[in-house]
Amino acid sequence: MWNYTDKVKDYFFDPKNAGVIDNPDGVGEVGSISCGDALRLMIKVDPETMVITDAKFQTFGCGSAIASSSALTELVIGKTIDEAKKITNQDIADFLGGLPPEKMHCSVMGHEALLAAIANYTGEELAEDDHEEGALLCKCFGIDEGMVERAVRGNKLTSLEQLTAYTKAGGACKTCHEKLEEKLAEVNAEMVTEGMLTSAEAFTLGGAKPVAKAAPLIQISPLAAEAKKAQPVKPGMTNLQKIMIIQQAIEELRPHLQADGGDVELVDVDGDSVFVHLKGACSGCQMSSITLQGVQGALMEKLGRPVRVIPADARRLMDA
Amino acid sequence: MTTDIKSIYLDNNATTRCDPRVVEEMLPFFSEQFGNPSSIHSFGSQVGAKVREARAQVAALLGAEHDSEIVFTSGGTESDNAAILSALDLAPERREIITTAVEHPAILSLCDYLKKHKDYTIHIIPVDKQGRLDVAAYKAALSDRVAIASIMYANNETGTLFPVEGLAEMAKPYGILFHTDAVQAVGKVALDLKNSDIDMLSLSGHKLHAPKGIGALYLKRGTRFRPLIRGGHQERERRAGTENTTGIIGLGKACELALTYMEHENTEVARLRDKLEQGIISQVSHAFVTGDVRNRLPNTTNIAFEYIEGEAILLFLNRMGIAASSGSACTSGSLEPSHVLRAMQIPFTAAHSATRFSLSRETTEDEIDYVISHVPAIISRLRALSPYWDGDKPRADAFQPDYA
Repeated sequence: MWNYTDKVKDYFFDPKNAGVIDNPDGVGEVGSISCGDALRLMIKVDPETMVITDAKFQTFGCGSAIASSSALTELVIGKTIDEAKKITNQDIADFLGGLPPEKMHCSVMGHEALLAAIANYTGEELAEDDHEEGALLCKCFGIDEGMVERAVRGNKLTSLEQLTAYTKAGGACKTCHEKLEEKLAEVNAEMVTEGMLTSAEAFTLGGAKPVAKAAPLIQISPLAAEAKKAQPVKPGMTNLQKIMIIQQAIEELRPHLQADGGDVELVDVDGDSVFVHLKGACSGCQMSSITLQGVQGALMEKLGRPVRVIPADARRLMDA
Repeated sequence: MTTDIKSIYLDNNATTRCDPRVVEEMLPFFSEQFGNPSSIHSFGSQVGAKVREARAQVAALLGAEHDSEIVFTSGGTESDNAAILSALDLAPERREIITTAVEHPAILSLCDYLKKHKDYTIHIIPVDKQGRLDVAAYKAALSDRVAIASIMYANNETGTLFPVEGLAEMAKPYGILFHTDAVQAVGKVALDLKNSDIDMLSLSGHKLHAPKGIGALYLKRGTRFRPLIRGGHQERERRAGTENTTGIIGLGKACELALTYMEHENTEVARLRDKLEQGIISQVSHAFVTGDVRNRLPNTTNIAFEYIEGEAILLFLNRMGIAASSGSACTSGSLEPSHVLRAMQIPFTAAHSATRFSLSRETTEDEIDYVISHVPAIISRLRALSPYWDGDKPRADAFQPDYA
């Protein structure tokens, strides 16, 4: 069974704030019975101070869905509407001491319900949802079919190597390569039908293709678009502060890599994308994707929100 | 009602406890009689005799005519792969395979691979809402273009039995090899393969109180075969590799025991299963049994509890010391509920909560009473959290979230 943290178990077996608020000031309902999880969040708001004075939930779902819902209520009670708007799904997962990668969508659902409840209270239009799209293909990096399809289409990707460079999917444990190749072939085949690719360029299963045949890359990376959509770092943190934190974190990591004969250098920061250059023993090392993962983990810890660490080489490809 | 935490294992379709008598039988063959049965010296020949005995024990449980029809493998999945790939290898001009929508992934993933990468046509025969095979669709798919039909004997999730003997007979005039994945049926259903048209049958040791890592493929005498694993001469060159002697000896003993418990399995185990099922259904509203209740394995019940989710049920059951399993998406990490329940068109309100209790000959009346007394409270507790539930019934005003 899942490796749930003790906190997830506590919040599942003994959820706080389960139930209904009579005459709530805001209600957010997300999910569906066909998806296997659904959540109704109810909030009470003090109109003078705009503070959320009470929150309750009802959830249909698995252990982590119930725990995430309960965690969400604990996070929002006592916060103002403006403060609550800044809560991310990562905050919910962090509150629970982390969630298994397959279960991160539970925290996303909590976040969606919160936005819906706030919108319901303030009367604002709700922004488009970004619920997971399709099956989770790469568990290491949490990349789903929707993201793979966007990356492949947006950049005319025609090889697994490119796909990994653009999305990181398949960059760590590699067990998902077969599924990624199938998805890549499927999307490429659609692109051929639509005239976006020639059949010679398209990736096909079982047919090894010379690297030189790689399709021309267009300029805008899907990651840059993803990153732009994401809002600035921690509340109140300027871009400069963010870059300084990243620079400092990387300086702290360098001695560890240097001890193994490698090194890392910060090249650029663009939204939530951090471009680095791996040097010495790190560059070309079979384990470089693991190293990047480690750097990414350290940066996320310092910044308190998700970022993507991307090799600068991959960006050169994007800009080529 | 007792409050002490018990440990009740009702997940025997996933795997069973290795019977202590099986372990006892195996033990001398680890460090005392450790010889290679292929060797000429006495270390080997003692083991060889014991392996022959085990082969006879397996053949007896299956009702096979000849001991040599048993090929030992690493388990059900290997047997399934060996059977299908052999059939395709032998008839390269036949480019079609017949199977069902509710097979184990050992069959479905392989067929999916053969379709995508080897250009085979796969006829996936559907089932109805009770999980019964669409025999008309099966009949329509039969032709001399089909190399193999692989139809499971009993479904692992619902226990529903397929009429494989009749299906095998129907396939024969077309020269189609007939294989059945009988991993769940062997040991629970009396078999008489010598009087059937089944050409190949897969079984797995750990589903019948033998250890994991051992299984067998029944290969009717006269059935042509191409080995999956090549190397040595073992198993009459049908499965190379030094024999898993301890596993084989354990499987032999387990088959001998299964034969002696066959009646118990179909009377006492079935009675306890029915008691459990009735005990739960009579206390919990909006709960129903899935599968073909008149024609299924004696040890299996699959109960759907509407408006709650299966993993949450399992976590609570586990806390009460009860081990069961679920077709819920969340227990597997996929985003969809089990392919078996979807093939049966079980509504989503119920598919996510289908909970399988699978008993064994070791299950006791006390255990069943304990489970019956604890399940209703767990279901009520989760329904109290559910936005689809109100008091003691589903919510009247349908819960309509903003997006699906």
